[in-house]
Amino acid sequence: MKRLIAGLGAAALMAAGCGGGTPSGSGSDTVKVGLITKTETNPFFVKMKEGATAAAKAQGAELMSAAGKFDGDNASQITAIENMVAAGVKGILITPSDTKAIVPAIKKARDAGVLVIALDTPTEPQDATDALFATDNFKAGELIGQYAKAAMAGKPAKIATLDLAPGITVGKLRHDGFLKGFGVAEGDPSIVCSQDTQGDQSKGQTAMENCLQKAPDINLVYTINEPAALGAHTALKAKGIDKDVLVVSVDGGCTGTKAVKSGQIAATSQQYPLKMAESGVKAVTDFAKGGKKATGYTDTGVTLITDKPVAGVAAKDTAFGLANCWG
Amino acid sequence: MAVIEATLPRRILTTPTAGPLAALVIACAFFSLNSPQFLTGGNFSLIIQQVMVVGTLAIGQTLIILTGGIDLSNGAIMAFGGIVMAKLALSMTPLLAIAAGLAVCALFGLVNGTLATRISLPPFIVTLGMLNVVFALTHIYSQDQTVTGLPDELTFLGQTFQLGGTRVTYGSVLTIALFLLFAYLLGQTAWGRHVYALGNSPEVARLTGIRTSRLTVGVYTLAGLVYGIAALLLVSRTGVGDPQAGQTDNLDSITAVVLGGTSLFGGRGLVMGTLIGALIVGVFRNGLQLMGVPSIYQTLITGILVILAVTVDQLSRRRTR
Amino acid sequence: MTTPVLQARGLVKRYGHVTALDGADFDLLPGEVLAVIGDNGAGKTTLIKALTGAIQPDSGEILLDGKRVRFGDPLEARRAGIETVYQDLAIAASLDIATNMFLGRELRKPGLLGKVFRMLDKHRMRAESAEHMAALKIGLRSLSVPVESLSGGQRQGVAVARAVAWASHVVVMDEPTAALGVKESGQVLDLIRRVRDRGLPVVLISHNMPHVFEIADRIHVQRLGRRVAQIKPGDHSMAEVVAIMTGAMDVADGKAVIADKGAAEAIGLS
Repeated sequence: MKRLIAGLGAAALMAAGCGGGTPSGSGSDTVKVGLITKTETNPFFVKMKEGATAAAKAQGAELMSAAGKFDGDNASQITAIENMVAAGVKGILITPSDTKAIVPAIKKARDAGVLVIALDTPTEPQDATDALFATDNFKAGELIGQYAKAAMAGKPAKIATLDLAPGITVGKLRHDGFLKGFGVAEGDPSIVCSQDTQGDQSKGQTAMENCLQKAPDINLVYTINEPAALGAHTALKAKGIDKDVLVVSVDGGCTGTKAVKSGQIAATSQQYPLKMAESGVKAVTDFAKGGKKATGYTDTGVTLITDKPVAGVAAKDTAFGLANCWG
Repeated sequence: MAVIEATLPRRILTTPTAGPLAALVIACAFFSLNSPQFLTGGNFSLIIQQVMVVGTLAIGQTLIILTGGIDLSNGAIMAFGGIVMAKLALSMTPLLAIAAGLAVCALFGLVNGTLATRISLPPFIVTLGMLNVVFALTHIYSQDQTVTGLPDELTFLGQTFQLGGTRVTYGSVLTIALFLLFAYLLGQTAWGRHVYALGNSPEVARLTGIRTSRLTVGVYTLAGLVYGIAALLLVSRTGVGDPQAGQTDNLDSITAVVLGGTSLFGGRGLVMGTLIGALIVGVFRNGLQLMGVPSIYQTLITGILVILAVTVDQLSRRRTR
Repeated sequence: MTTPVLQARGLVKRYGHVTALDGADFDLLPGEVLAVIGDNGAGKTTLIKALTGAIQPDSGEILLDGKRVRFGDPLEARRAGIETVYQDLAIAASLDIATNMFLGRELRKPGLLGKVFRMLDKHRMRAESAEHMAALKIGLRSLSVPVESLSGGQRQGVAVARAVAWASHVVVMDEPTAALGVKESGQVLDLIRRVRDRGLPVVLISHNMPHVFEIADRIHVQRLGRRVAQIKPGDHSMAEVVAIMTGAMDVADGKAVIADKGAAEAIGLS
């Protein structure tokens, strides 16, 4: 019984220590902007945060950031939204990990008067947020698909797709875009192998090794991002066929762009997380200053980066890519 | 010779929750001084909401750790239970869907417990295997689709009511009630004493006449049922059935248990300590966020606290040897 | 002759090719302390396990108060009034003394609280524990401290007190002084004496000859899976008993006679 009382006492102390006060507004007039990314460690989001921090500084705003513990961690993102609303942010920029599951939490934040802008990844439905600043991931895939089609120059393709993870929209959009750009349908016999990599280099390597076991004559590899592409390259090199296989990717990180320059990856669709974050922060501070809420979709653009351009597909070289890359 | 009861200061010093409670109070004081938004009823209610899912999972985890076991599969079991409830609720009475979800979770617990006792497999291995099995089943059964459009009956625990100027969710109340229930069961019933005895030494417990296999299977099954309740809380909190949920909750629940002063070696600890442990994590996450500190530092601090807590446990065990 | 409290006839237990018990007999008389001694591998542990339900003999019979009994597990032996104090496995370290005293036999509160809510009556368990402790003159600072904070002798005291509290027929103690210092051993021996004085017969398994000679009323010597002698400590010297135990001497007509001259000389008897 005494233990029970001790426990109850603990709860009571908690209540006394943490509760009881009255809600008080933000102590200063500084505009607070929240940024919630999928993970804390992915260079894409690191860059996004850098951009947001810089933009916030320029606008005289304070940036609060949070992230999930893994790609797909919806619970942590909900918690972050709640805490940021409690902290009195004017707006939240979020790359939703689970595009559907996050919607109720976003609705609560918007009901509390907070401007919510999705970065990079749209929610489902897309109008669950006030606005979307993103790369068109489908278009990014499509672009690289068109490039691959032209680069194959009529050779019969044996395709491996190294995808992201089940149920993650970005991965599906890029994959579908690639297929459309290449001009094949899902289930086409030319697609000989499809594996999930979580966008991870070592998993990309394992996936490629397994695909090569299944179909040694693969000559085109689509990858969800450059780490996966580099993993695939390692596996191809081990087999001594890295010169014969075309590896294409999406993302445009600095490491990835360097790999395009050195020829490990033929081409990649470059995105601009910095720009997403900058525009996002600006939209929130504008709103805080009495401006209008940002609405609709703003395409932050995608550029095909390659040193081996093909006719009919617009591209920039790696010098441009390295000047504009992230991570 | 006369039998004298232990003095109050001694009792406080020997209570395993004294340290965690002090840490919690200090953390609360620190954040109150550093963030004007921290010390509010609404924020406190929010913290409880945010820890209720992992906290409830950690109740089951506490039971299992007290027996000397460990459960790596609880987050996965919860995710599966949540998907079962969400998917079934679209086609049948929500109450029946909830019952089915609870039953499925309890069944996984039963399988864990049975494998751990009848075949004498280490709980670590059994639940590691189960983690993968259930994770895969979740993705197969859900077809990787988040289940939306749930009926209100399934998410009623996420609804709030007014309590002295603060909005509190029913889920928070349920979570606190569960903690009180298990504090009672562990502290005030013969079953609870047997759980502790089992964790001290299964052989001692067996020779004392406790049916240890049956008790162990019972504990795992009950823990599974509690994971089912956590699944309902999860669905209520997020408003969807999420196949990606719970992936780090196994370790998060162990963190809460350890931070609460319960020994990973079994037989020592209090379930109320687990509530304090879960609140410590929640308070740090919330407080640091309010101060504008990036969440990676919350992970850093949690890690340091866990190592501290285990060190304290290890040192106190050595002293009593 | 009085009926033995606990009796065994012709117990056999084999583990594969090893015969641990080879037709062992056993007799425990009312109100006595019976020491069971024997070399390692003589089968004393197996004998005790068979008598307390921890193992089931392949053949032979066990009689309690002259009636045949079979114990499927330790719980059944305990229900029959045979309590055992196991060497290292007596108590749950992190639980308090009162909880240990009542482990597996907890008392519930009267009325609704106990019946419906299954609430333990900690107060009564503590009070009764205190009574048991006091009856055996075991002094402890507190009944609510975890057992692990007690000294080795005090822990043994708790284990013995529990056995005595529940034993209606026999208390069996497996090496109760093995892990204890001189002073604490003395306390435990005093405790055994007090148990006997309350009329409960005690079976004491021990390697420690001085302890056996100090406390036992009779000695059961186990050798090669059988009882080879039942003797009174006063009738023989410690050296003779050791000789019987090792097979250097036999017992005939209550006298020890040399069976193996070389062995007897080697241990200084001739």
